[in-house]
Amino acid sequence: MKNCLSLPSLLTAALAVSAATSALAADPIKVGLALDISGPFATGGGETRDAMNLAIKLLDNKLGGYPAEFIQADTAGSPDQAKQAVDRMIQQNRISLFSGPTPSNVALAVGPSLFAAKVPYITSNPGPSQYAGAQCNPYFFGLSYQNDTWDETVGQHATDQGYKTAFIIAPNYPAGRDHLTGFKRTFKGTVSSEVYSKVGQLDYAAELAQVRAQKPAALYFFLPGAMGINFIKQFVASGLSKDTVLLTTPASSDEDTIAAVGEPMLGLFSGSQWSHDLPNAANQKFVAEFRKAYNRYPTFYAAQAYDAILAMDAAVRDVKGNVADKPALLKALKAANFQSVRGAFKYDNNNFPIQDYYLRVVGKTADGRITNKTVATPLKAHRDAYHDQCRMK
Amino acid sequence: MTPTLFIEQMLNGLGYGFMLFLLAAGLTLIFGIMDVMNLAHGSLFMSGAYVAAHVHTRTGSFLVGVVAAIAVVIVLALVLEVLMFRKLYARDHLAQVLATFGVILVADDVVKMIWGAAPLMASAPAALAGPVELLPGLLYPSYRLVILAAGVAVAVGLYLLVNHTRIGMLVRAGASNRRMAEFMGVRVGQVFSLVFLLGAALAALAGALMGPLTAVQVGMGEEILIPSLVVLVIGGIGSIRGAFVAAMVVGMVDTVGRAFVPMALKAFLSPTLVSDLAPAIAGLATYALMALVLAFKPAGLFPARG
Repeated sequence: MKNCLSLPSLLTAALAVSAATSALAADPIKVGLALDISGPFATGGGETRDAMNLAIKLLDNKLGGYPAEFIQADTAGSPDQAKQAVDRMIQQNRISLFSGPTPSNVALAVGPSLFAAKVPYITSNPGPSQYAGAQCNPYFFGLSYQNDTWDETVGQHATDQGYKTAFIIAPNYPAGRDHLTGFKRTFKGTVSSEVYSKVGQLDYAAELAQVRAQKPAALYFFLPGAMGINFIKQFVASGLSKDTVLLTTPASSDEDTIAAVGEPMLGLFSGSQWSHDLPNAANQKFVAEFRKAYNRYPTFYAAQAYDAILAMDAAVRDVKGNVADKPALLKALKAANFQSVRGAFKYDNNNFPIQDYYLRVVGKTADGRITNKTVATPLKAHRDAYHDQCRMK
Repeated sequence: MTPTLFIEQMLNGLGYGFMLFLLAAGLTLIFGIMDVMNLAHGSLFMSGAYVAAHVHTRTGSFLVGVVAAIAVVIVLALVLEVLMFRKLYARDHLAQVLATFGVILVADDVVKMIWGAAPLMASAPAALAGPVELLPGLLYPSYRLVILAAGVAVAVGLYLLVNHTRIGMLVRAGASNRRMAEFMGVRVGQVFSLVFLLGAALAALAGALMGPLTAVQVGMGEEILIPSLVVLVIGGIGSIRGAFVAAMVVGMVDTVGRAFVPMALKAFLSPTLVSDLAPAIAGLATYALMALVLAFKPAGLFPARG
């Protein structure tokens, strides 16, 4: 009888001991990275992965000096697939920090599981208006930008230029609606048409025929990744560029798009909180390291992804590796005690940045390279339009 | 709506119709004559697009890319025909659907292994990057005109081949009554192989031409396979003429749905609602058309089997 009882109790004791020792031996801090390696947002996903891997390498696989493990998964740009991957990261891998998705619909799909499990989500790109306003959450950090703000920058520029009419187009998903709302907020001319195309649509013949019929002064488009690459090519191939000025966001004007489109992009304006030519030291180091590692210039996706890892690194250092202390971890993340590649910023009440936004234009450098140049700062210490709808203080 | 807008949208519809025709012509021949349901036809289309984009970037010549795509896909089709289809001819449609669906899965993964999951950005040849002025005020992308021309050329070529050559006669005989043709001494096996390779070549051509308009990516074959099957059903199985007419009609209906339905709805609905509704209506229109045709002509518009 005694023997029968002792076996399970021994096992329990052994388990308890092993659990205690593994906690003492400092398990690596686990970080979930859900990336869009394939699908309609693959160009952004690839840049995000490369920049995160660079930051991880520079930090020697550590966060704040403590060993870390980075669990990567492909979301294929699909909210369903991303949610499954993130649920697995939460339940099986027991992640303590999260980042990675490129599109807003994926960010909105994975948020609830992460917030329920008290895993801070430091965004490397999307800043959906939902998370900036009524659905703001202490576990979401809009480290990059709020979706509308890029477009408020360009809308301001279009107003300053005195463009009378604008045709505006975006994919029909949460970020698309945010971006066009942002443009309309600061553009004082007439919006001749507001078109929402299908996510992943690559043939814009039908939409460009409408542009030709309306002859707007400006054509504003938010079409990330391959969508924008095709759109610009088809816009130029349709011979519309002589009557209509093309305005956009970094999602269709950065190095990835330039590599695919080239010359036709000269003169393309966009608004962003970052550009590779910003003179601050952190940015110069990042651009140099990225070029050394990948032999190309980084995009804003890369800059933001690099920042996301640095933000985690700083927070883990501030809490001395004790990521289980959630209030302390949130406080450390919000303090953002690191040198961002965009320069100085601080978090607003809704965990979205208060920062400057620059106007950039695609031009040629002295040595003939096509790239972006920062030309103005239309919005200074800008707060997003949703911060007062957020109940966080 | 201005006349130029209308003409431009109609040209877009024709362009899409010709692409569907290139695929559906191959499908209808294979299904009509060989009685084989080939779902892998979309994979041949995808392979054509990838090979063309790859060779175009390597050599800098678009034409070499297209020729290479057709050549490589013909070889692939030959391998498929010898290794798999010859064993499938005698089996029922379910076995054929399962086997060719398997080919889709394998093809998608092989393409991912070679080129990665991210889409390739194929470009049109530099000489065709600009527009051409068709009418005063109507500039049209020259590359799309080339696609239209290629579509017309293939349609005429197929018409001559099928209706005015001996091979074409054998093909038609096989399509309308395979057993009778066999009794009359036609070597149906050889006609089968020829038709299969011809269909593959057309799919490769369509893929190579479509690449620069969209993006070359995994799954592009399945995306276009479904409307091609609709064309096949509307046109009547085994009929090139049916495939042509149906492809044009489906191309037009799709464009009208995509271009004019949103404009009509915009008058009284919000832009986000329009973009949710319009594609659904455009998508439905094609299937409604199919249902209508099937209700009155169950064998399609121009059935090959009388």
